[in-house]
Amino acid sequence: MIALDVNGVVHQLDVDPETPLLWVVRERLGLTGTKFGCGIEECGACTMHVDGVATKTCQLPVGRVQGKKVTTIEGLPEDHPVKRAWVAEEVPQCGYCQPGMVMAAASLLAARPNPTPAEVDRAMDANLCRCGTYPRIRRAIRRAAKGG
Amino acid sequence: MASIVKLRRRDLLKAGAILGGGLVLGVHLPLVRGRAAQEAGTEPAPDPNAWIRIGPDDVVTVVVHHSEMGQGVYTGIPMLVAEELEVEWSRVRCEAAPVAAVYNHPWWGVQGTGGSTSIPSSWEPLRRVGATARTMLIAAAAAEWGVPAGECTAEGGRVLHRSSGREARYGALAQKAARLPVPAAVPLKEPKDFKLIGRPLPRLDTPEKAHGTAMFGIDVALPGMLTAVVARAPSFGGTVARFDAEKARAVPGVTLVAEVPSGVAVVAEGFHAATEGRDALEVEWAPGPEPQLSSEGLRQRYRELSGQPGSVARRDGDPAAALGRGAKTLTAEYEVPFLAHATMEPLNCAVDLRADRCEIWTGTQFQTADRNAAAAAAGLPPERVHLHTLLLGGGFGRRANPASDFVTEAVHVAKAAKAPVKVLWTREDDTRGGYYRPFWYDRISGALDADGRPMAWLHRIVGQSILAGTPFEAHMVKGGVDETSVEGAADLPYAIPHVQVELHSPRIPVPVLWWRSVGHSHTAFVVESFVDELAAAAGADPYAFRRGLLEEQPRHRGVLDLAAERAGWGKALPAGRHRGIAVHKSFGSYVAQVAEVSVDERGRVRVHRVVCAIDCGTVVNPDTVAAQIEGGIIFGLSATLYGELTFEKGRVRQGNFDDYPLVRLSDAPEVEVHIVPSEVPPSGVGEPGVPPIAPAVANAVFAATGKRLRRLPLTPERVRGG
Repeated sequence: MIALDVNGVVHQLDVDPETPLLWVVRERLGLTGTKFGCGIEECGACTMHVDGVATKTCQLPVGRVQGKKVTTIEGLPEDHPVKRAWVAEEVPQCGYCQPGMVMAAASLLAARPNPTPAEVDRAMDANLCRCGTYPRIRRAIRRAAKGG
Repeated sequence: MASIVKLRRRDLLKAGAILGGGLVLGVHLPLVRGRAAQEAGTEPAPDPNAWIRIGPDDVVTVVVHHSEMGQGVYTGIPMLVAEELEVEWSRVRCEAAPVAAVYNHPWWGVQGTGGSTSIPSSWEPLRRVGATARTMLIAAAAAEWGVPAGECTAEGGRVLHRSSGREARYGALAQKAARLPVPAAVPLKEPKDFKLIGRPLPRLDTPEKAHGTAMFGIDVALPGMLTAVVARAPSFGGTVARFDAEKARAVPGVTLVAEVPSGVAVVAEGFHAATEGRDALEVEWAPGPEPQLSSEGLRQRYRELSGQPGSVARRDGDPAAALGRGAKTLTAEYEVPFLAHATMEPLNCAVDLRADRCEIWTGTQFQTADRNAAAAAAGLPPERVHLHTLLLGGGFGRRANPASDFVTEAVHVAKAAKAPVKVLWTREDDTRGGYYRPFWYDRISGALDADGRPMAWLHRIVGQSILAGTPFEAHMVKGGVDETSVEGAADLPYAIPHVQVELHSPRIPVPVLWWRSVGHSHTAFVVESFVDELAAAAGADPYAFRRGLLEEQPRHRGVLDLAAERAGWGKALPAGRHRGIAVHKSFGSYVAQVAEVSVDERGRVRVHRVVCAIDCGTVVNPDTVAAQIEGGIIFGLSATLYGELTFEKGRVRQGNFDDYPLVRLSDAPEVEVHIVPSEVPPSGVGEPGVPPIAPAVANAVFAATGKRLRRLPLTPERVRGG
């Protein structure tokens, strides 16, 4: 049995500890906000927070996050400055990459409240967007950094 | 689980119930119009009951017949309806349509989304839906009050009778209105009276996408659902020779291994078990028709064809003779590779197949084709198959497959599984699964007269026909010419007296499909690079040279001038930066782009800024237009700098984002979009931003390095090596 703390709720799960956290959260907990894009930690669609830090989860064995706090996109409050900024700047197009983007941006701003453009680029390069919303992501992060 | 209940409520729509939520006895008018009827204004009146639902709380739900893949139709279509209906935008919601003839694309006669046609084809009919419903609501209020309808007005979701001060909310009138006869030929507003159209209204799907509650096909969960992945042949056309499932079946969680027409399905409890099971599966594949297919071999084959006359798509004058009379003649060979669509959401499809019905959940752009193909695979009549369209995590054409590949396959897996099942494609499955933008090899010649003006142009195109073997072949492939192979080339806008465009359509066993901007994704690169080559040979400025050849093309000139002006063409740039320009018409819209680029000593190309001008007719939502152009440019930039699928020994080498990279945030240029004001009907927006970026960047690279690059992607090796 694995004790998994997701968004403040502890679940007791009978699951193979090698199962990637992404699939435990999506399939066993029914939290489908976090997405599958590549399976090799190249696209960032699977980004959650583990103890507050943006972490890719498509290859992360669930056994390794026992005792840690996992936060998913569903666990960020609706009035989180990043979510508000994402809405204000009309960032999403297809929207599939955006939960990962929001989690990456939230983690960045928690660590660096006033990132330089180069710091934004470096941090957000972990996440791919096929629709090309990058210019709006830049603007939304600037907006969120200013307090939304 | 709540989401499943919401999805099943769509069954109510089949009862035809909509305006007012009660049963409707209105006439269900046939809606397969064709574009000609639409343009002539001769199509029948739409039945608002199929398109609008007004609740007692005054929430207006618009049923949208197009698929939302990021292009903004879930906002644009409701805007058209809401404008004429006269409701507050804050009250408007939208919902995906079920599969039904009333929702057929008016130009295609089947339900589907693509070709940047959703707004252009809905512009008139969906506004008429809103106007018709408004008229019926007014009539209902007028009848209730015993006053002439002509004394009533509609505004903000209410009907008003000013002289008596009476008013009624739409929510209170809807049930009555739904039972009234549908009026014909209701007039539409003048553009000067638009309250919503033309404004950057917030998208209806933005909040759920920012909050992570948006449901894509891959997110569907059904009671008792299993998950499947399919092992498919590594070379196209290959089949299963034999397989051994013993080890696969022994993997915990695997419930079934079964052969299906497209390969071997591994069905399990969850994705992890399914993929572990597939890794343990032993399959021997019989090779397809070309097991040694290689990119090098194809290139040689195509190059040979490019030297031979092909089917003629256009001939003005006598280009072959004129080429010989030029003061300067140039000939060049261009090539662009196979490309994957690489939607961020890999393909997927969930199927619940029973003896007498079938329900499907997926993100698709091709509802009728998929529903019918599923029915055939399931052995059921089409009306027993219900296809639910979810949000698409990208489409770009991959999810509009005449072969309905991923849907049909999922039905076969469901037949084998005898349980609800969701088939997931891994990124490798998706990248190697075919239906690519074709590989193209072009040979192009041009001649300048003594004054440096182009007098002859001969463009020969070699590449697979997308439409061959599909139902579209009958009316879109004529005289051996697939329209989509020559679009952007055969309609060359430049005033050159002798123009010839030819096509070879070799048949190879690689499935190909439309990829965002289709033929334009390759022809714009060739045409706009080669015209730049002619400009250089003439010693002319690339902008001025093009301008001089577009005297008869005011809309081309309009965007070219606007882009050049806003980009500061001709003004000094920071050291190391150079500009390239391109102008191209596609899907009815005119786009010009100026790219500011620098090239480092390692040959890496950096695009700093792109200034874009677009003329797309009347704009419904300017923020959507800007977003689609920004996105189209960045999408096209991946193909310009990185995208390439190669074949070795019959197999696609690339598989994931490590070897098929995409543009990342740090690669993304600043993009400025300038929209030409217009009152002609809307033309396409989803795709036209893509074609010009590759030539604009390649032309800038030429300005920076003096090297003409004729092959995409512009890798550092190619930029260095030349």
